[in-house]
Amino acid sequence: MAKKLFMFEKPLGMRDTLPFLYELKKQVRSVMAEEIERWGYEFIETPTLEYYETVGAASAIADHRLFKLLDQQGHTLVLRPDMTAPIARVAASRLYEDGNPLRLAYNANVFRAQQREGGRPAEFEQIGVELIGDGTVAADAEVISLMVALLKRVGLDRFSVAVGHIGYVNALFLEILGNEERASVLRRFLYEKNYVGYREHVKSWPLSSIDQKRLLDLLSLRGGTDVIEQAKTLVTSEEGRRAADELAALMAALWTYGVAEAVKLDMALVSHMSYYTGILFDVYAEQVGFPIGNGGRYDDLLAKFSRPAPATGFGLRVDRLVEAIGETDVRGDIECIVFSQERLAEAVELAEAKRAEGKRVVLQHIAGIRDIDAYSQRYRSIVYLLGRGGQ
Amino acid sequence: MLTIAMPKGRIFDEALELLRRADYALPPEFDESRKLVIDVPEEQMRFILAKPMDVVTYVEHGVADLGIAGKDVLMEEERDVYELLDLHISRCHLAVAGLPGAKMNEIAPRVATKYPNIASTYFREQGEQVEIIRLNGSIELAPLIGLADRIVDIVSTGRTLKENGLVELERIAEVTSRLIVNPASYRLNGGNIERLVDRLAAVIPQS
Repeated sequence: MAKKLFMFEKPLGMRDTLPFLYELKKQVRSVMAEEIERWGYEFIETPTLEYYETVGAASAIADHRLFKLLDQQGHTLVLRPDMTAPIARVAASRLYEDGNPLRLAYNANVFRAQQREGGRPAEFEQIGVELIGDGTVAADAEVISLMVALLKRVGLDRFSVAVGHIGYVNALFLEILGNEERASVLRRFLYEKNYVGYREHVKSWPLSSIDQKRLLDLLSLRGGTDVIEQAKTLVTSEEGRRAADELAALMAALWTYGVAEAVKLDMALVSHMSYYTGILFDVYAEQVGFPIGNGGRYDDLLAKFSRPAPATGFGLRVDRLVEAIGETDVRGDIECIVFSQERLAEAVELAEAKRAEGKRVVLQHIAGIRDIDAYSQRYRSIVYLLGRGGQ
Repeated sequence: MLTIAMPKGRIFDEALELLRRADYALPPEFDESRKLVIDVPEEQMRFILAKPMDVVTYVEHGVADLGIAGKDVLMEEERDVYELLDLHISRCHLAVAGLPGAKMNEIAPRVATKYPNIASTYFREQGEQVEIIRLNGSIELAPLIGLADRIVDIVSTGRTLKENGLVELERIAEVTSRLIVNPASYRLNGGNIERLVDRLAAVIPQS
């Protein structure tokens, strides 16, 4: 018994992709990859294993969620937890040369350890883009528009992109609270989505009632473009106003792209404690409780690879997208030719002809089948070439 | 349609009372004896009755849009959900308790609790190294029979502690029930949820 204990088991969070799901994922993936290429992005691949001290440390994923292992020289390696850090590494060392914008895309599996219950894969496929070397709001608008275009292309109709600006949050906190320490306390409450704790803390600090109200008002700054005007009245600093202006420019561009309908501003959005530096966003879809993707501006990352450059991008989770799209019958459109020995030549000829037309054809010897009824259920159609050529 | 996960028992009763005061037309009597899912079509609401610790799981996975959960559960489980409102109901607190005068074992001090995360975080922050023993109920038993030196549990009136000859030693945190929301529902069903939050906020008893 003990010997067989792990025979069918997989490590926590690891999944098999069986044919049905594979077809579905392939469709979603290829539609999106095609659209990404149409926007002029170039796909690249990077290794599954990276050094912990470089890519591992630069990644946005928390340390305890990294899969770590040792190579033969004793260096700590990680299974890549995201694609942004490896792409930043490649861009910094090879591709980002003349300081002009670089548009890269990826489609890869990433790994994030998890200790909780099932329902959360530890390895999952991401598809996304990185736009490196362009600090303009137009770049932010482009990646958001591309992301929305992809979601529409795969047939998702009910989804929502929540957009915020970490520069605005930081500016507001700093001008009211005066120091980074207090600002980071409040930022953590927003990151943890704990609005109750945020309100309690704001009320417990000795602030003027006006400043308290400014901090509390931040929580309700959600909605369309009109939110930006309100947001501007809360800040006085140059940085705060500039962040609000950037959002205004972003929204204007998103209207031009025709995707603003799918976007909701949320000035209190903090999707990571320190990674993002400007406009950031999360995307949610009906039927899926977790975000299906996220992204934003990360102008500090490339500097970690000694090549400072502004950058923005997004990553979408293929597994959750498939869940959001729901089950559609994409069973492989496969035909089957069942033959007996005498008619092998005829069967091969027929199969080759069909395959040349681009059809998917299975060639199966009748003697290899145990239960013909069950077997024939698997295919869209079956041709029998049995007995001596008597038809 | 909003799906709301709630723990059975006292929190459920108090939460229903709040919803009624917020002008939600809920039936006067809920048959909560057996049913796990209760629909209230007039208000486009569905209630899921769950174990307190499970409410956060249902909400995080998105099978419930909203939930009502104690702060103790939220602290223990650390789920990715929005904590939007303190409902100020089911008030109690998390505390460290033990036998009066009993010293912590110096070599391997042991703490029994239903809340292993909260307990280990708390003692780590105090700079104390303790061993956590997880129990599922009747935590008060542990110090009495020598399983642990201390317990970490919720205390509302303190009667259970007293009846078992235990005393409260340290207070960890105040606990009330919170309204929690799944992040995707918060984005996609925003209008309905916002109305519910506003109506509830208006009737929450201020302490």
